Amino acid sequence: MSVRDDRPLLSVRNLIIEFMTRYGPVRAVDGISFDVYPNETLGIVGESGCGKTVTGLSLLRLIPSPPGRIVAGEILLQGRDLTKISEDEMQSLRGDEISMIFQEPMTALNPVLTVGTQMIDVLTRHRPLNRRQAKTEAIEMLSKVGIPVPKKRINEYPHEMSGGMRQRVMIAMALSCSPKLLIADEPTTALDVTTQAQVLEQILKLQEEFNMAVILITHDLGVVAETCQRALVMYCGEIVERASIEALFETPQHPYSQGLLDSIPKLREEKLGELPIIPGMVPDLLHLPAGCRFADRCSRVTDECRLQRPHLDAQAAAPSAVACFHPLD
Amino acid sequence: MSKPLLKIVDLEKHFPVRGGLFHRVQAHVRAVDGVSFELRRKRTLGLVGESGCGKSTLGRAVLRLTEPTGGDVILNGESLIGLSKDALKAKRREMQIIYQDPYASLSPRRLVGDTIREPLDVHDIGTIAERRAKVDELLDIVGLRKQALSRYPHEFSGGQRQRIGIARALALNPSFIVADEPVSALDVSVQSQVLNVIARLQHEHGISFLFISHDLAVIQHVSDDVGVMYLGRLVEFASSVDLYREPKHPYTRALMSAIPVPDVKRKSKRIVLGGDVPSPMNPPGGCPFHPRCPDAMNQCKDVVPPKVNTGTADKPHFVRCHLYGTP
Repeated sequence: MSVRDDRPLLSVRNLIIEFMTRYGPVRAVDGISFDVYPNETLGIVGESGCGKTVTGLSLLRLIPSPPGRIVAGEILLQGRDLTKISEDEMQSLRGDEISMIFQEPMTALNPVLTVGTQMIDVLTRHRPLNRRQAKTEAIEMLSKVGIPVPKKRINEYPHEMSGGMRQRVMIAMALSCSPKLLIADEPTTALDVTTQAQVLEQILKLQEEFNMAVILITHDLGVVAETCQRALVMYCGEIVERASIEALFETPQHPYSQGLLDSIPKLREEKLGELPIIPGMVPDLLHLPAGCRFADRCSRVTDECRLQRPHLDAQAAAPSAVACFHPLD
Repeated sequence: MSKPLLKIVDLEKHFPVRGGLFHRVQAHVRAVDGVSFELRRKRTLGLVGESGCGKSTLGRAVLRLTEPTGGDVILNGESLIGLSKDALKAKRREMQIIYQDPYASLSPRRLVGDTIREPLDVHDIGTIAERRAKVDELLDIVGLRKQALSRYPHEFSGGQRQRIGIARALALNPSFIVADEPVSALDVSVQSQVLNVIARLQHEHGISFLFISHDLAVIQHVSDDVGVMYLGRLVEFASSVDLYREPKHPYTRALMSAIPVPDVKRKSKRIVLGGDVPSPMNPPGGCPFHPRCPDAMNQCKDVVPPKVNTGTADKPHFVRCHLYGTP
């Protein structure tokens, strides 16, 4: 585990994000607060629709608007509120101080430009380099992410590369200006397991080299266990648990975290008869219950849970917290 | 041992690649390249491999949804190859398929009840009342409520849609179902629900499955026997217990070690493979895995490894790798 700096690099406070739909506004993210410290890897885990990707996008103000909108809250990057700065200022932050990589590298890369052109554009935008110098930099970056023969590969188009290669190019591009924070949204979900292992290893290696913080957004608890130091578990737009990796996997506190851990098919010594499940399904974001959003699926539910909404402490400073009236011990 | 339900002998599916001025065949993609195995009655055979290894093509070729270019498929002692269209249609009652994408495999414009009933209509089974009763029974088996019948697929979540797909596959009481990545598009909490439905079908209805997945953990949970595919070939085949206890092929071992484990205590040593899966149009000579293999030897480059049984006659453990010598 890396040494933790006391001052957070990024602080999110009471962030609320809404999307306008035909049936009214939907809160994709509903009042979340968390901190990211320098050099750490923070995992955000949850199932589809829990708001983890929207959270990631909002940090770069990349939420399509309309229909999306940051309704309230602060996103503080070293004290500067990103929700209040101008679009120009935001633009010069993106790719420079905060970078993001996405699940599907094919849709994130421009198909009609060579990899080199795209990388050089990023470098010349943020750093005082001419295109020749930028090209040298780009080639060096490509070799750092483990692309063989980068001098030749830099002239290729994205479609000429395999999925793993493209994701490496994305990483090279994202890291080319040495950002302080990298947001990785399901970076390995579209890849095969053997390629996934290569790419994850690469991200961790580069994190150390570049001294950056990483927010890893994923649905895969296995990936979180192997790469992160801390994690947030999201459910229905809320953070339901915040914990160190050791605590989350050994003594999960929220019944949802526990259910998620139990229900993953994992390699076992013996074959099980039935897999443990979480009954029911995620409630519709348009018709959320008044109380705890997990109440209908929870085995520890009481009347209190149905009437009141449990909250995570807003300060976000304590190492672990759970939004549950009846947490597991 | 009882006679196998399904026997596949040297099955091949080569896709022609056309190009150039006259659209001539320039090469072949050897998607499935000489695969043989047996599926026993009431058992599940898991087929695992990475994208592009040919596992889905194999599943489709077995049902003749794509026409195999070589080899034989024998269901209940009768070859499916060369059957006429009508004879094949009759045979299809016994074999069904469940697809990966529950959003793409159901018609968005048909009521769920009609979709589930369709196989009964096509094969003209029972009276209208009997069909209706059968559909109700199917809903019950997969755990959906009756109201589902008069709704459209878009009103359901991914997990529920997959249940609808399963109900449709069960309509004709098949003895054999090909399940092609049936839970890969689902969230983990829903994934285990659907896997439990499938496990129940195995036990209570005695259906055999050819279960295709890229996920070794899912495969372990459902399978009795497991085959590992790489570039169109079966590189290892054994009972699930043996394969997971003692994976033999270097590829299988790498695949297992690459799975991220949701356990902070177990920091297992990982074998990270170099490079990518080569193109099946131009596979490497010798053992197709040799450019990425951590244990590659000289002969691996030139000699195709033969199939070797490293187990016993009644508990075979087949592997195609020079590490295990010649038969």
